Amino acid sequence: MTTPRRILLDPLVDANPVTLHLLGICSALAVTTTLDTALTMAAAMTVVLVLSSLTISAIRSQIPPAIRLIVQITIIASLVIVIDQMLRAFLYEISQRLSIFVGLIVTNCIILGRAEAFAMRNPPLPSLLDALGNGAGYSLILIAVAVIRELLGTGALLGIPVLVTVEQGGWFQPLGFMALAPSAFFILGGLVWALRSLRRDQIEPDGFVRPSQEIDQ
Amino acid sequence: MSEIFTRAIFADNLALSFFLGMCTFLAVSRKVSTATGLGLAVICVQLITVPLNNLIHSHLLMPGAWAWLGLPEVDLHFLRLITFIGLIAATVQILEMILDRFFPALFGALGIYLPLLTVNCAILGGSLFMVERQYNLGESVVYAAGTGIGWALAIMALAAIRERLAYSDVPPALRGAGMAFVVTGLMSMGFSVFGTAALP
Repeated sequence: MTTPRRILLDPLVDANPVTLHLLGICSALAVTTTLDTALTMAAAMTVVLVLSSLTISAIRSQIPPAIRLIVQITIIASLVIVIDQMLRAFLYEISQRLSIFVGLIVTNCIILGRAEAFAMRNPPLPSLLDALGNGAGYSLILIAVAVIRELLGTGALLGIPVLVTVEQGGWFQPLGFMALAPSAFFILGGLVWALRSLRRDQIEPDGFVRPSQEIDQ
Repeated sequence: MSEIFTRAIFADNLALSFFLGMCTFLAVSRKVSTATGLGLAVICVQLITVPLNNLIHSHLLMPGAWAWLGLPEVDLHFLRLITFIGLIAATVQILEMILDRFFPALFGALGIYLPLLTVNCAILGGSLFMVERQYNLGESVVYAAGTGIGWALAIMALAAIRERLAYSDVPPALRGAGMAFVVTGLMSMGFSVFGTAALP
């Protein structure tokens, strides 16, 4: 039996939902041009994940298996609507920049994945820890990518200048590339590379047998 | 109209410039044959759900949509998400049954990919963008076709590249997921050129 501590901390690095299971990538890439949108998205996503895991786990024995997916999606969609309305009410400017991506939390595979793989089989308290851990793992990646993109793209973090740009009389030439879509793919690819170099057990098996190896055998 | 179509395929490609449907995009792109099946399924579902969602949005959910019943102040737009995802899930389910009953060969080819589409952000994203950009019914059909074809094109191209990548010597830690990200990034750069270059 895994300890609560492992349930909470494993998803941060060892079983990170984004870099190991490749879940929830859509939003991890799209909202990371600036740090404030990434933080908002990470918070919204974690709240929805925790509440949905808790709800689904609490009623898990009442959900008929045949229609469990539609029940789960309905619960998740209702929670996302609440979050979306709250963002519109209190953080209108950021919610405009997040555009459709708050709505797309509904189809974020991490939430449905954790509901299906963990919350349906475990009592509410472990499910809560599991959701918190996965939310934190997702947020970690989101924040890492956003820091790189905003810092190198504009020379500022959260709008506060860190590297003084050439326009302001400094030395730093902002990389316009960081604001464009492809940079997010490269940064995430690099993160996966770095993480798997440190954790060798996450390396995927090579599906190809080289001719030289066949001769050796 | 034709501009909406070409933009949706190339410059505003859902997968490569809006990162939609990335989970399935990376998970089901190891072989060209499976990628083609999934791509076709996306085109089908997109073509059905976006126009249907457009009708639902303009006749039931928009502020003032109930004016014909004498209820002009009713505003149900907050129900948008749950309605759209419900309609998508239902469409996928019904399509699966119809294909199974009348086109068994097609069901054999597409069947296993259909359930994946309920949680594919490209499908829900297409409907949400359609609302955000205020397309009418005709435009939404064209937009659905464009985004579906664009997504299918992107996943087939990535699958073709990954099939060839099996023969290259990739650093162990970059194998699989890491390499898929880098290749997708390069493809995304290629597609972003369509946004700046003027087509004749």
